[in-house]
Amino acid sequence: MPPLLQVTSLETHYVSFGGARVIKAVDDVSFTVNEGETLGIVGESGCGKTTTCLSIVGLLPPGARIVGGQIEFAGKDLAQLRQSEMRRIRGAQIAMILQDPMASLNPLFSIYTQVAEPAYYHQSIRGRSLRQRVRQLLDAVRIPSPTQRMREYPHQMSGGMRQRIVGAIALAGGPRLIIADEPTTNLDVTIQAQYLDLLKELQQETGVAVIFVTHNLGIVARMCVKLAVMYAGKIVEAGAVRDLFNSPQHPYTKGLLGSMPKLGSKEPLFAIPGHPPDLATLPSGCAFHPRCAEAMARCTLEEPDEVRVGGDWRARCWRAEPQHGQSAKDVDVAAAVGS
Amino acid sequence: MSPPLLEVEGLTKHFPVTIALFPRRKIGWVKAVDGVDFAVYPGETLGVIGESGCGKTTTSKLILLQEAPTGGAIRFDGKDIAALAGPELMRYRREVQVVFQDPYSSLSPRMRVGEIIAEPLQIHTALSRADQQERVAEVLDLVGLRPEVATLFPHEFSGGQRQRIAIARALVTNTRLIVLDEPVSALDVSIRAQIMNQLEELQSRLGVSYIFIGHDLATVAHISHRIAVMYLGQIVEMADAIELCAKPLHPYTQALFTAALPAHPDDKREKLAISGEVPSALSPPSGCRFHPRCPKVMPRCTAEPPARREVAPGHIVACHLY
Repeated sequence: MPPLLQVTSLETHYVSFGGARVIKAVDDVSFTVNEGETLGIVGESGCGKTTTCLSIVGLLPPGARIVGGQIEFAGKDLAQLRQSEMRRIRGAQIAMILQDPMASLNPLFSIYTQVAEPAYYHQSIRGRSLRQRVRQLLDAVRIPSPTQRMREYPHQMSGGMRQRIVGAIALAGGPRLIIADEPTTNLDVTIQAQYLDLLKELQQETGVAVIFVTHNLGIVARMCVKLAVMYAGKIVEAGAVRDLFNSPQHPYTKGLLGSMPKLGSKEPLFAIPGHPPDLATLPSGCAFHPRCAEAMARCTLEEPDEVRVGGDWRARCWRAEPQHGQSAKDVDVAAAVGS
Repeated sequence: MSPPLLEVEGLTKHFPVTIALFPRRKIGWVKAVDGVDFAVYPGETLGVIGESGCGKTTTSKLILLQEAPTGGAIRFDGKDIAALAGPELMRYRREVQVVFQDPYSSLSPRMRVGEIIAEPLQIHTALSRADQQERVAEVLDLVGLRPEVATLFPHEFSGGQRQRIAIARALVTNTRLIVLDEPVSALDVSIRAQIMNQLEELQSRLGVSYIFIGHDLATVAHISHRIAVMYLGQIVEMADAIELCAKPLHPYTQALFTAALPAHPDDKREKLAISGEVPSALSPPSGCRFHPRCPKVMPRCTAEPPARREVAPGHIVACHLY
């Protein structure tokens, strides 16, 4: 079965000053998402993770352009579609959940209108059955007394409830893929846990595939099956979540894992020195080499190619080596970081 | 054990709720902080954890004398800070400093880094210009920045570096207590670890005390010696950080631990037992404030507020279960 979404060598550039300045926000990015699967895209601010997602849904800001690669979704190349064709896919087959629910909800429309809209346009549901459908969706995202709540407006809801409404809107068109861009960053810890549980349940019920964009590896550990780590516009390592957590190949992945505080442990954190580079003035060779503890002379000059570590597991590092003996389960992450 | 540096006893802060146009008619009170006791010892980090609206920021404002408490007392070095005046008040303000969450809004964009860090010195000391500059260079070095950056403006720095500048400013007056109000929440993951390590190193070198306010359990537990868990204006549990992680007693603390994100995909997890959201502080529930969300609620919890009890040395919990 072909994957639901296959992104191949995607390149999205921000062009300004009439082409005098080009920022390669997404540079040769490839990944696949299968039906019902959860992919996590992790990286720091400015690494191109959001631009990757906006390229998929065709919502790039002015100045940004897809200059190469394919985005194949259910047999169609989204990069080639016209806006009118894209509109039939966006909201219906691919939905998006953004970080700030207040920014994605319109304060002037009732919850009903906003949840009903995708179902109205994409599934042509009308009248009483539309009302029924909205009630069902609000029920699905655990909004108490939906009949009453759907008459209310976003400002009458708490932050957690608003984010659940956004979830209901995302589900309203019956999508096959949901892209969630830092959906829980603004939520409290217990509300975040409730929301993640809810998303997981909804995914099991509807079989929708999810791309989680986040900077929090804890969310990836809880929610995702596959993981892609981005740095300076490129995917530096990608593979199964468990493999990457057990024996990360790229020093950046190791660094991210090492800088996560672990509950009950007082050991000093492994901090990556320096700060993420500006995409306009990238270092030569491997973009990570100025911060890398394992950098060699070669890293400053030549950009590493993608190395297949095993199966779907890929890393862009001169030191990455194919792994034999796939089950690396017993390798301790902390030990891998220390070595 | 040495006497506490800062002692908070029965601290309360109630904000009046008024109707628009009638500022004198109070229709209710928001009990933002309602009977909070804790102490901070020299060279120690006290972590304060809780969700939005639990009163952690109001508590920090009360300590920083930005708000006057409705009741209770805060003692610094054994003296009630509400009674401080003149040079003693200045001394308190010099020795207690703050670092805020967002380093993009806490540093003036129109001042050079050197001026930002030297400002407390101008107010609190009689140092000459040259001595001030020397001191600025010294603290910049302490937080891991080159002394030359004193001539630059904040916009020339990344988020992590700005937070270092804010820490340098907090340290410059030979500070004894720094209130850290979510100092790493706005930073990138790799930078977060840098700042946390830096804070720990500064503490071991200078012996400064921290009150570390946060909502991420793993972060707070990592940096703190003791942790106070707040819920709706009250401390529901307080214990040594390692003991709290090993044996959380209050159902709310337990819920925070189940809600915490795993460090590894193989980590076992239980289903979150609590539902719903934090009720409004305007009309907190009767009895134990956590009872409407508590999975172990008993009839008694709805009527009687639980007393704080010391169940093990230094481990205080307010719950009818214990």
